[in-house]
Amino acid sequence: MSAQQVLFDAPGPRARRNILIGNIVGVLIVLGILAWIIATLGEKGQLEASMWTPFLEARTWEFFILPGLANTLKAAAIAIVTSVVFGLIFGVGRLSHLTPVRWVAGVVVEFLRAVPVLLMMIFFWLALGSSGAVPPQDAPFIAVVVALTLYNGSVIAELVRSGVQGLPTGQREAGMAIGLTAGQSLRSIEVPQALIAMLPALISQFVVILKDSALGFIITYPELLQYMRRLGVGEGNIIPSLMVAAAIFIIINFGLSTLATRLSVLLSFRTKGRKPAAEEAIAMDPAST
Amino acid sequence: MRKTRYAAAAVAAVAALTLSACGGGDSPESEGGGGGEGGGETLRIGIKFDQPGLGYDEGGSYSGFDVDVAKYVAAELGVSEENIEFVEAPSANRENLLANEQVDMIFATYSITDTRKETVDFAGPYFVAGQDLLVPTDSDITGPEDLEGKNLCSVTGSTSAQKIKDQYPGVQLVEQPGYAECVTAMGGGQIDAVTTDDIILAGLAAQEANAGKFKVVGNTFSEENYGVGLPKGSDRCGDINSAITKMIGDGSWEEAITSNTEGADYTYNAELNPPTPEPCA
Amino acid sequence: MEDYLSLFETYDVLAAFWVNIQLSFWAAICALIIGTVLALFRISPIPSLQWFGAAYVNIFRNTPLTIILAFGFLGLFSVMQISLAADLNASLFRIAIVGLSVYHAAFVCEAIRSGVNTVPLGQAEAARAIGLSFLPAARLIILPQAFRGAIAPLGNVLIALIKNSTVAAAGSVATEASSLMKTMIEFRSDLVIPIFLTFALGFVILVIPIGLLTTWASRKLAVAR
Repeated sequence: MSAQQVLFDAPGPRARRNILIGNIVGVLIVLGILAWIIATLGEKGQLEASMWTPFLEARTWEFFILPGLANTLKAAAIAIVTSVVFGLIFGVGRLSHLTPVRWVAGVVVEFLRAVPVLLMMIFFWLALGSSGAVPPQDAPFIAVVVALTLYNGSVIAELVRSGVQGLPTGQREAGMAIGLTAGQSLRSIEVPQALIAMLPALISQFVVILKDSALGFIITYPELLQYMRRLGVGEGNIIPSLMVAAAIFIIINFGLSTLATRLSVLLSFRTKGRKPAAEEAIAMDPAST
Repeated sequence: MRKTRYAAAAVAAVAALTLSACGGGDSPESEGGGGGEGGGETLRIGIKFDQPGLGYDEGGSYSGFDVDVAKYVAAELGVSEENIEFVEAPSANRENLLANEQVDMIFATYSITDTRKETVDFAGPYFVAGQDLLVPTDSDITGPEDLEGKNLCSVTGSTSAQKIKDQYPGVQLVEQPGYAECVTAMGGGQIDAVTTDDIILAGLAAQEANAGKFKVVGNTFSEENYGVGLPKGSDRCGDINSAITKMIGDGSWEEAITSNTEGADYTYNAELNPPTPEPCA
Repeated sequence: MEDYLSLFETYDVLAAFWVNIQLSFWAAICALIIGTVLALFRISPIPSLQWFGAAYVNIFRNTPLTIILAFGFLGLFSVMQISLAADLNASLFRIAIVGLSVYHAAFVCEAIRSGVNTVPLGQAEAARAIGLSFLPAARLIILPQAFRGAIAPLGNVLIALIKNSTVAAAGSVATEASSLMKTMIEFRSDLVIPIFLTFALGFVILVIPIGLLTTWASRKLAVAR
């Protein structure tokens, strides 16, 4: 239901007055919190011009922010592609009519969803770095991409599975009726429809990938956060640097989230036949960092 | 994309900038960008990128004591500045970088130890550091024995902090991802001391933003011989040692330390420095 | 095998997991409280509170947890000099809990909102019809049903929270599981795979029962319609 409209009546004069008072009190409290934060930061010298002027210099952008952002986006973009591939393979695997395939895919997906991404990153970083299988300089990058792929790929596998299971059974039956095998019906009829239906949830997962790429700083991958820390060391403005890094992440992710919401509205007419249960729940998978 | 940008910068910029422009690349191919201009032999040198005063990525150029020594040694080996490619060598990756020949040599606060000698060769030492404490200028801490009940900060997993913790159980140890976090916390007054090698502390204190706020106690309680890491079986050890000896002799060594720790109220341990390079194996 | 077992004498793996469990436990309680209040804000008739709830969710949901926890140490602890306990490490531990709570509260808020969406319109209309105003209607009619409908998504948030407690290493809690795993692998790089599997299994054991339990509970407690 749409709570905003029905939880309370169209306000009468008294309710309107109460709402107005509540509104003013609310604004005051919010402004009070903001003012306290700004005052404390100011008192500790974090708002001095010298803390912030580095962000107006081309050098900061050219050598810190943009290279860092490029590395973040590079890792995220590759991980998005690989995790969609991984998710499709294992999602279809979980729907296979062959019991062993279903089992293996199920165990792999459940295991990977239960293990923290950071744990996987540290493992691949140290294991790849010491084995000599990849150049040690590339180990952090590969570890970030592999860990993000394994985790988010298995979440996407679940999206594929619930997307297909949410389709009306008639779709599968119709496929069988025109002589397709179960696998053919899955590939050519069910999965394509499920993909369209899960697009919003998929984009929300991309937000998770982008945010999780920031874990790379713990394993020395030079992504945005790492560059911003380095900038903060040099300019002595680590807190403003982190704030700028956070703002960049928020802007990109907010854009992606908005896109996801728009798409889910746009696509709702194509997914009318679906059972509604899964949608809202997966569209906001809390996932990890 | 990044590579192209660096390559373009290399062509356009003056020679001094050229060398650093290609140093930022994290893949060996990128050396072509700057190397083509000067000709001659190129060197890939591993340094720290995030340790101000020793090896720090200034955004397109590199500064610090390790960098200065590396440039001097390279010049003595007949490699001009624009033919040096600086590569990031985080502590955890140093042995691997050498073993896989991703770098030709490493100047990255690399202590000579017997365990490490099993996998890599060392030239030098070019500096003898020691574990020390960085404290606020007005602090009365003069050594680890004053740390009882105080808050000490170091980098996660570092052995130097653990040593103090074992000997002085009353010390409260905070572990952070980097020294920058420690120094920020000490600036806010929540941390009483930061511990690691004295020259690293001096480099942190010498930062413009920290000028006058902190001092290095100057009471070292360990000996770390910073060497030049080389791949096992390298034939460069002898030449590097004579370059280091020459650098110490002509005063450039002293000058490099002074300029990189300016404003930190720091003097190196004169009993152990300047060191005499060990004979090569 | 003996090598592997001897590792457990040197390193206290259970203690590390216990740190993660404690972090998750306290953060879950705080996040549930903050998240419920935020959800109330978002469905309330007062525009400024709606706006605040939405802004909070959009900011914290879109910021990497790594940055939030780094802020906890650098911003709250170092610059604003907020100590939450006399003991230094207890203070840092609590700051990590604050960081985990404010981040996951955004997801709790969205989970409860999705729970509110499962409550049929008629329930709210009936509440209004018997003369309940916003707060009583929310407290007596909407939220109890919403919580039941939100059990599955709330379970997902709890699972995410347990796994994300490893990121506390980026804040300042260096005694938790992922930090210990790193130390152990660096010490015994020949046993990298057994060590990783041990820690991974630890999380599987923690997380899978919660998943099963919340799925079971959400079915059991679902409001029959």
